[in-house]
Amino acid sequence: MSKLAIETIGLRKKFGNQVVLDGIDMQVPAGTIYALLGPNGAGKTTLIHILSTLYDQDDGIVKIAGYDLATDKDMVRQSISLTGQFAAVDEVLTGEENLRMLCRLSGLTAAESRSRTEELLRHFDLAAAAKKRVKTYSGGMRRRLDIAISLVVKRPILFLDEPTTGLDTISRRSLWQIILQLKEQGITVFLTTQYLEEADQLADIITVIDSGRVVATGTAKSLKSSIGGEVIEIRNEKDEIVRTAATSGTLLDMNQALNELTQSLSPTMRVSIRKPSMDDVFIALTSQEMERAPS
Amino acid sequence: MMNASTSIKRASFATTNAVFIGRSIRHSLRNVEALIMAIMLPVMLMLLFTYVFGGSIDPTGNYVNYVVPGIILLCAGFGSSSTAVDVSMDMTNGIVDRFRTMPIQSMSVVTGHVVASLARNLFATGVVVGVALLVGFKPSASLLEWLAAIGIIALFILSFTWLFAAIGLMAGSPSSASAYGFILLFLPYLSSAFVPTDNMPSWLQGIANHQPITPVIETIRGLLTGTPILNSGWFAIGWCLFIVLISLIWCNWAFQRKTARR
Repeated sequence: MSKLAIETIGLRKKFGNQVVLDGIDMQVPAGTIYALLGPNGAGKTTLIHILSTLYDQDDGIVKIAGYDLATDKDMVRQSISLTGQFAAVDEVLTGEENLRMLCRLSGLTAAESRSRTEELLRHFDLAAAAKKRVKTYSGGMRRRLDIAISLVVKRPILFLDEPTTGLDTISRRSLWQIILQLKEQGITVFLTTQYLEEADQLADIITVIDSGRVVATGTAKSLKSSIGGEVIEIRNEKDEIVRTAATSGTLLDMNQALNELTQSLSPTMRVSIRKPSMDDVFIALTSQEMERAPS
Repeated sequence: MMNASTSIKRASFATTNAVFIGRSIRHSLRNVEALIMAIMLPVMLMLLFTYVFGGSIDPTGNYVNYVVPGIILLCAGFGSSSTAVDVSMDMTNGIVDRFRTMPIQSMSVVTGHVVASLARNLFATGVVVGVALLVGFKPSASLLEWLAAIGIIALFILSFTWLFAAIGLMAGSPSSASAYGFILLFLPYLSSAFVPTDNMPSWLQGIANHQPITPVIETIRGLLTGTPILNSGWFAIGWCLFIVLISLIWCNWAFQRKTARR
């Protein structure tokens, strides 16, 4: 039996009358990268805030690294670190001072703090900017510093709330490398993201939530195959996609779909077939949920 | 490459506080506008009250001896009000969330701001006294009286800073923190800081004589220039300790509340 880094059973949270989390059950095996996907307002950030001890849950059981969140908050805090959605770095201080401050707060001695800071600055490619104030840093540098701060001492579980939001492609890819390296070191990474590609590339397990409920959990591959075999795309003369149709991938099903498309579209349009993407999964899962909700 | 220490260590209470105090002092030193203000305000006020208002209020030219304690408190009040903004900024920009997920006493982040404010405002007090001496202030205080005066001033700064910290914790944003704090800055004008309360209308005397600033002013004035203190000393200490106590309770409550919601 593999150990669970995070487990929630029937987790609920309300803000006033608004139900934000409506019975979340999750099991995050230790040492995995676990991605939480969902549209804006689905409850991703609230969930990560509860798991990282910032808010109390209203109901349900949460265990982090084996400790019960309700009774052992202090032990939970020794097991986790959080990189929030807004870079929680001190803009007035330099990168080096930020790291050293957090080293000291994490219980390292002054000498240990110095060497650890140097090591992290080098590893996260911030050595050249070490003595500059964070105010002058780019978005990517801030994020790297933010994550470096979370790794001042090695905690078994790292929470990343939308780690790459607002970053350019190069910064995003370099951050992905860092996250994969963390996994190699045995750290459990629990991240939320709006980018389906990110979940697809990084995560061992993906959970999709919508309106405070889990709508699907699985590997990227299993989620994709759960919504069907092949997707038909129809393009016009300008190579723009004008219609897509998900099919089970059987000859019969595809034939039928193509027949229907031929009736409503110009017969000169071009057809291509591809495997479902995470986008298809996301749209299928979250819109299903919307249809089910009373209007 | 990333051989982080895995043994569980904890920062002591003293280290946590020292780190946050160091952080806030760095913040103070790097906020150039605030630093210039902290030096310019005492200088300008001192000159204003001595040369512009002083002659009309007291034609004998003795007004500078009267007004020094008032200007010290005015500057201290102004200087400590920025704590509300500092605290509010920390509470709204996400950094406090990081501290709160760590196994430390995260309220210490507020203590850091308070101690930095104390240092800043004692410095501003030094500037006031320095300028005052240049424009004719003649204190009669002995070394012991000086120390007692500095003690009272420090206590006053602490009490107001904690109060502003509580306001910063309550406020929804740094700009509203600044607005709420502004009200408190009028208190020195409704006291014996600039004119004796005897000449105020009687209803105003009631307010002026029974608010915390007046006994603090009278005590500092008595210690520095030898005017009668009577029981003002005890009232000054009592008021300050009372404000510290209330503000600490308020801060703790507001900190828990702020962090339990949202």
